[in-house]
Amino acid sequence: MEVKKRAKIKSFPYEDFKDNETYEKLVQELNANGANVIVTQLDNLIDWGRSNSLWPLTFATSCCGIEFMAVCAARYDIARFGFEVTRNSPRQADVILVSGTITTKMAPVLKRLYDQMADPKYVVAVGGCAISGGPFTKSYHVLKGVDKIIPVDVYVPGCPPRPESFLYGMMQLQRKVKVEQFFGTTNKKQKEPKE
Amino acid sequence: MTLDNIKTLEPSQLRAEMQGLKAKGFDYLSNLIGMDWGEEGGLGVVYCVENTATHEQAWLKTASTDREQPVLPTVSDLWDIANIYEREAYDFYGIIFAGHPDMRRIFLREDWVGYPMRKDDKPEEQNPLRMTNEPLADDTTQYDVQADGTVTTKKNVVFGPDDYVVNIGPQHPSTHGVLHFRVALDGEIIRKIDPVLGYIHRGVEKLNESYTYPQTLALTDRLDYLAAMQSRHALCMCIEKAMEIEVSERVQVVRTILDELQRIDSHILFFSCLCQDMGATTAFLYGFRDREKILDIFEETCGGRLIINYNTIGGLMADIHPNFQKRVKEFIPYMRKNIKEYHALFTGNVIFQNRSKGIGPLTKEQAISFGCTGGTGRAAGWANDVRKNHPYAAYDKVDFNQVLRESGDSFDRYMIRLDEILESLNIIEQLVDNIPEGNYKEKTKPIIKVPEGTYYQAVESSRGEFGVFLESKGDKSPYRLHYRSTGLPLVAAMHTACKGFKIADLVTIGGTMDYIVPDIDR
Amino acid sequence: MFDFAKVTNWIDALLLSFLPGWAATLVECVLVALAIITLYAVFAIILIYMERKICAFFQCRLGPNRVGKWGSIQVLADVLKMLTKEIIDMKNVDRLLHKMAPFLVIVASMLTFACLPWNKGAEVLDFNIGIFFFLAAGSIGVVGILLAGWSSNNKYALIGAMRSGAQIISYEVSIGLVMLTMIVLTGTMSFSEICQQQADLGWNIFRGHVPAVLAFIIYLIAGNAECNRGPFDMPEAESELTAGYHVEYSGMHFGFYYLAEYLNLFICAGIASTIFLGGWAPFHVPGLDGFNHVMDYIPGAVWMVGKTFFVVFLLMWIRWTFPRLRIDQLLALEWKYLMPMSLVLLVLMAICVSLGLTL
Repeated sequence: MEVKKRAKIKSFPYEDFKDNETYEKLVQELNANGANVIVTQLDNLIDWGRSNSLWPLTFATSCCGIEFMAVCAARYDIARFGFEVTRNSPRQADVILVSGTITTKMAPVLKRLYDQMADPKYVVAVGGCAISGGPFTKSYHVLKGVDKIIPVDVYVPGCPPRPESFLYGMMQLQRKVKVEQFFGTTNKKQKEPKE
Repeated sequence: MTLDNIKTLEPSQLRAEMQGLKAKGFDYLSNLIGMDWGEEGGLGVVYCVENTATHEQAWLKTASTDREQPVLPTVSDLWDIANIYEREAYDFYGIIFAGHPDMRRIFLREDWVGYPMRKDDKPEEQNPLRMTNEPLADDTTQYDVQADGTVTTKKNVVFGPDDYVVNIGPQHPSTHGVLHFRVALDGEIIRKIDPVLGYIHRGVEKLNESYTYPQTLALTDRLDYLAAMQSRHALCMCIEKAMEIEVSERVQVVRTILDELQRIDSHILFFSCLCQDMGATTAFLYGFRDREKILDIFEETCGGRLIINYNTIGGLMADIHPNFQKRVKEFIPYMRKNIKEYHALFTGNVIFQNRSKGIGPLTKEQAISFGCTGGTGRAAGWANDVRKNHPYAAYDKVDFNQVLRESGDSFDRYMIRLDEILESLNIIEQLVDNIPEGNYKEKTKPIIKVPEGTYYQAVESSRGEFGVFLESKGDKSPYRLHYRSTGLPLVAAMHTACKGFKIADLVTIGGTMDYIVPDIDR
Repeated sequence: MFDFAKVTNWIDALLLSFLPGWAATLVECVLVALAIITLYAVFAIILIYMERKICAFFQCRLGPNRVGKWGSIQVLADVLKMLTKEIIDMKNVDRLLHKMAPFLVIVASMLTFACLPWNKGAEVLDFNIGIFFFLAAGSIGVVGILLAGWSSNNKYALIGAMRSGAQIISYEVSIGLVMLTMIVLTGTMSFSEICQQQADLGWNIFRGHVPAVLAFIIYLIAGNAECNRGPFDMPEAESELTAGYHVEYSGMHFGFYYLAEYLNLFICAGIASTIFLGGWAPFHVPGLDGFNHVMDYIPGAVWMVGKTFFVVFLLMWIRWTFPRLRIDQLLALEWKYLMPMSLVLLVLMAICVSLGLTL
């Protein structure tokens, strides 16, 4: 099936994204059912709103948190995308940037935070620790990847990732949000944690 | 330094010896390290006490061969900080301290099985991932040894049924990470703070025991990521001294400059976060603007922004960048100018002054007893700068002041950091033009084996004395590698500093204490 | 000056020509309500955009610039997102009160919004005790905040709500007294008459000279506190109480608080411009007839909105400059300094007026 919907990100050409194959596969899965024109237009409008207003939860456990602060600061300025409204209450946040190591003691807390967030909610795993445990993967007290407990939308590798990769990750998330369907069978594609 | 004179004591002699030392002026307990010396050596503790007047250190150790219920006497009534250190030893080694009022786990979950740092413990098998919310008990156990040698238990209350307990953290914007305070409130007034740690306990010390020496280096950067240079410097120095590697003058000087740059970086971040916590968001961004300049210098020379991985055993990863000196020299006047702006923007602000002066004071005695080194201790008038007391690298060649203040309140803790930025700039200014020629790295063997022995090296990190305690059996990985956390004493002192103040002051006090949570939990 | 009453009278006459009296009134009410709600939403969007840009400007950043030209439709995206976000239903909350609280806040805010005189003849709620009504309607908001804190079953929310209650009730004392001071000067409580008077005699801040300027400063401080904005944002106090009283609200319920926060700022600034800066009255310099004549060509609504945004800018400037106060300092500021000062001002103004010392 041909990919009908292609999210555009302002001043970032489609070809410059590194993982277009995976992305197109995802788009195909999401849009397999198809929908009529009016609904698609409404969908586009809502997706436009959502993708441009991803308010992050202030959540940082370690080093990556400092880089997240740097992203919010003057040089990288996440506010350009409209993401600067960091919310401290999970109820009001749209995206949780899991930046830093998640230990087994923190895991239930993170899960609870995720459960407390209101739909639609997205997860970005930032840094090696959140993706796989990173340098601490052999430790007895570290969770080997947050995707074991919560579904992850975007992985941003690095230890810690540079601010540029933060922004790239957020743009990837925007692309993902832009092809979701609001009307139809499910509000969004059901994601299940790996284990 | 090599520790070949650790005094071994029987548990029964320990208290008398410790009381004697305390009376002789050894009023600062810098380390209390749990140890597992196997079946014969038993489970024990290494103590390091320091005389704050003469800077003389005394090292002692004691052990119990009972692996089922090892009982050692407590010293928590002599030094306040021992309270939390002994809980750490209990948590990791299961050593029970008789007479300690609060024998709870501190880092691991209360339903954790086993004691992970014991050599024979298999923590992963006994502890699957528990997704239930952690039970937090409101009472605690005290163990006492009776005259006939039996151990009795007693219940102590942490929070009573009438306490209005608010959880601040682990997910809270102003705890600087995943710190968890259980705070008993009376209206807005704080009555008690009970820190619950370990939300970012990554088991670094246990990991070290299975890693080779070069591998252990990587983890130091990630402890206190705002003192990455200094922590790694400490470990490198410790291993170099143990292996008797002489690093060149050039390395010494470059390490000193980078340590000081790191300190400025950390203090700027301290300023920014304090402003943010107190509601002055604009000042936060001003701080970050200047911090980027330092990160640029780091990036050019070391390749990293936050986790730098620059020091290595025997020297540095690479020589400094040709632009390094030029950039640093540009930075010095720039930063001096901006410090003035910080003072104009924030220090002079009447709201800030009202919110920080007289808030959360720690006296000199309290600071020493809690082992609050770094800016927090110096704000109270305790001259604890390792760079002065036990000089290392190029610090004995430069001329700088140890900034001291009197009252130890939040305002002084804040001012100390801003003044230290200026001192650090002075140090850098003296060194940057005189970087001697030499090797940037000494040749080391491909497999690094540290000779058998016990070694300790402390540096002045961004927020206090960071110590590396290394016990080697001559293998390619350490037998025990312990880090003296700079933040743990600060968290231990939070109750004393915050009691009777308002909940808004908790944020100010926590901000000016300047702790970094991964460094506390390790 | 263009009198907006001509337009309203014309619509009234038009409706009456083919509808019975009650139906015409009903249609007019609906029209006015629609106009108010639209204006409310439009101003909220403008204010949020303005705040984000101004704060970015103060902080050497760019601010939103990717959604639309200069990020101008950023807030629309936020609104769309907020509208389609889940409203979480929680266990162990007081359902009725929890759901009612945001509406109380938004109703209070809209009622006070309707008090603003937009132009000559374009006052929505205008009667002889206008200021009194404004104060009364504004106080409903605090009930919404208290209920939100209480019903959320959350300790942070409760502390936030208690702080908010203490703060708003205290600062209302100053606001009331300062307004009373200006009523002494104008001799009327009706917004339309206050504006008309200022158009004829000059702005109150000039007429009342020293006491009026001081009253204006006190009003700005107290008004800022009324809106729960920095440096008085104690009830939300992000770094202490995460999000304060609305910590448990999601989706549009939270959106209501968010909107009300900005609109209260606008209303606070609007009242300031009405009672101190002349409302829709243009700027006149006595003696310069040519200049005054040119000023008269600028419509009243432009004057009103322009002055209001000027005051809003002042308040935003304050917010992004100062650190937050502590709750006891905040209350001390009110009860120990502002309230006695406004009492003195009231007396001073009464003396000035009775001795004819006003300009």
